[in-house]
Amino acid sequence: MGLETKPLSSLHAKSSYDPADFEVPTGREEEWRFTPLSRLKGLHDGTAAASGSVLVTVDAAPEAAVETAGRGDARIGAAYVPADRVSAQAYASFEKATVVTFPREAVASAPTVITFTGSGEGAAFGHTVVVLEPMAEAVVVLEHTGSAVYADNVEFVVGDGATLKVVSLQDWADDAVHVSHHHARLGRDATFRSFVVTLGGDLVRLSPSVAYTAPGGDADLTGLYFADAGQHLEHRLLVDHSQPDCRSNVVYKGALQGEGAHAVWIGDVIIRVEAEGTDTYELNRNLLLTDGARADSVPNLEILTGEVAGAGHASASGRLDDEHIFYLQARGIPFDEARRLVIRGFFAQLLEKIELPELRERVFARVEAELER
Amino acid sequence: MSDSSRVRSGSTLEIRDLQVAVEDKQILRGVNLTVRAGETHAIMGPNGSGKSTLAYAIAGHPKYTVTGGQVLLDGVDLLELSVDERARAGLFLAMQYPVEVPGVSVSNFLRSAVTAVNGEAPKLRQFAKDLKAGMDALSIDAAFAQRNLNEGFSGGEKKRHEILQLELLKPKIAVLDETDSGLDVDALRVVSEGINRFRASGETGVLLITHYTRILRYVKPDFVHVFAAGRVVEEGGPELADKLEAEGYEAYTKASA
Repeated sequence: MGLETKPLSSLHAKSSYDPADFEVPTGREEEWRFTPLSRLKGLHDGTAAASGSVLVTVDAAPEAAVETAGRGDARIGAAYVPADRVSAQAYASFEKATVVTFPREAVASAPTVITFTGSGEGAAFGHTVVVLEPMAEAVVVLEHTGSAVYADNVEFVVGDGATLKVVSLQDWADDAVHVSHHHARLGRDATFRSFVVTLGGDLVRLSPSVAYTAPGGDADLTGLYFADAGQHLEHRLLVDHSQPDCRSNVVYKGALQGEGAHAVWIGDVIIRVEAEGTDTYELNRNLLLTDGARADSVPNLEILTGEVAGAGHASASGRLDDEHIFYLQARGIPFDEARRLVIRGFFAQLLEKIELPELRERVFARVEAELER
Repeated sequence: MSDSSRVRSGSTLEIRDLQVAVEDKQILRGVNLTVRAGETHAIMGPNGSGKSTLAYAIAGHPKYTVTGGQVLLDGVDLLELSVDERARAGLFLAMQYPVEVPGVSVSNFLRSAVTAVNGEAPKLRQFAKDLKAGMDALSIDAAFAQRNLNEGFSGGEKKRHEILQLELLKPKIAVLDETDSGLDVDALRVVSEGINRFRASGETGVLLITHYTRILRYVKPDFVHVFAAGRVVEEGGPELADKLEAEGYEAYTKASA
């Protein structure tokens, strides 16, 4: 398939299934300028040999159908066309895709957990498709662990009136490199909830995007990250409002500590001419816990219609507030614990959004562990 | 000091020649003051005289630089201790503007504070009981415990919450920084009752900083100190407050200018 363009917006104008349609990034491009290309281990320039492996296992709800599909399967790439070179590389290179389908009106009685386990050297490529047929409801957990150089695409096809809640946990080993696109395509009155937690890995670049095919779609994208010394954690969001009366809300919060800890947050929202009645808000907050950490936060809101219900964005990066710490210490609470309480508070409202208590506790415990480092 | 000469209930806060600067500007210019258990001292003075600086410097706020003097609590120099160590040593500062801390619930905060000050976690049931009793006494709604610390609290709620902490943490010496400011008469009475409960044992000392004499009708001081230009310029008994009520601070601000 050849090059497709979406001429209406200056954001993410290009998409193709063929990596050759994208120039090899040099680092000067807007979409690559924050990413340390030298640490991508060749995922961006075609030199990464697919000699590694990432084991994909699915612990599915009884209502779900789980299949392993070959490259020719019509469901693959139906909702998403790769939007950058690494995404196209992943699309061109994966061997088998995982397809999980929730049938019409099925209400999943348990979460479906898809585990991605890396096993060391060499690059690996993957593709996952999650389909919710109309009126279906499901919770899907994507869990990434181990050591890997992994590029993949995940398609979420949320049918009319369906509700999909996704939790994606990037809990890689310290040397892992992960470049991933999560694309959600929402039908009429569909609901999509994404909760991204990125803690581990040397370099993680995750690009969640949302598109609407009919009015009434509702997307909530939440993210939490904790970058330690030397870690590069990048989240690039794109919500493309091309239908009237849809809603989106993006809230990402991160904490950074240690020399060379780097977080990047890009929040692109397009409200196209036809997307009247759109209601959107995006927010990013970064907490810089030490010197030597850096957060780049770039919200872009492109509004092409005058008839919006609401559109706004906010971004702020700062240090722990001395007054907060003083207040807690003045009540006898030692500095380290005061700091922990304030940071936990910073994330608390986000964590409450994880509706699975067991998972919420686990994420909570992992964040606490990060604080102990 | 031998055990026999030691009075168990007698905590003493001694402020000796305390000098404090903020960003190279000298604010306190030699403050001397001793607060013993069972005593309530009111510090009164015009705005900008250094009253709040005294409170925050004793508590150890990083903005204030001590340039001289000592603050001894039962012989231990508080100025050598960190902020939390001072609190655990028995000092409490009720703040004029308690800060909002997002995502930290009142009950979680109070439990952490009580645990830190007591050196062990309170039994959950006992803590819940004490908390409820404390909140009832201060007419604080039960839902309050689940709210984020000071977030969206009214002025009166913030001050009641400070006094709730005072009663739960049971310090030896309490410094109350303009706890009366911004309170209506009902709230002032409720807050004053809390302070009076705290000092009823006779084993605690109170340093009450205020601009107005109004609270002194509810919380009777044993001593009144007038502050101007960073030092104590006059001292006396409760009658001094009456004089200030009638004459204001004009005489002191003129003298120090």
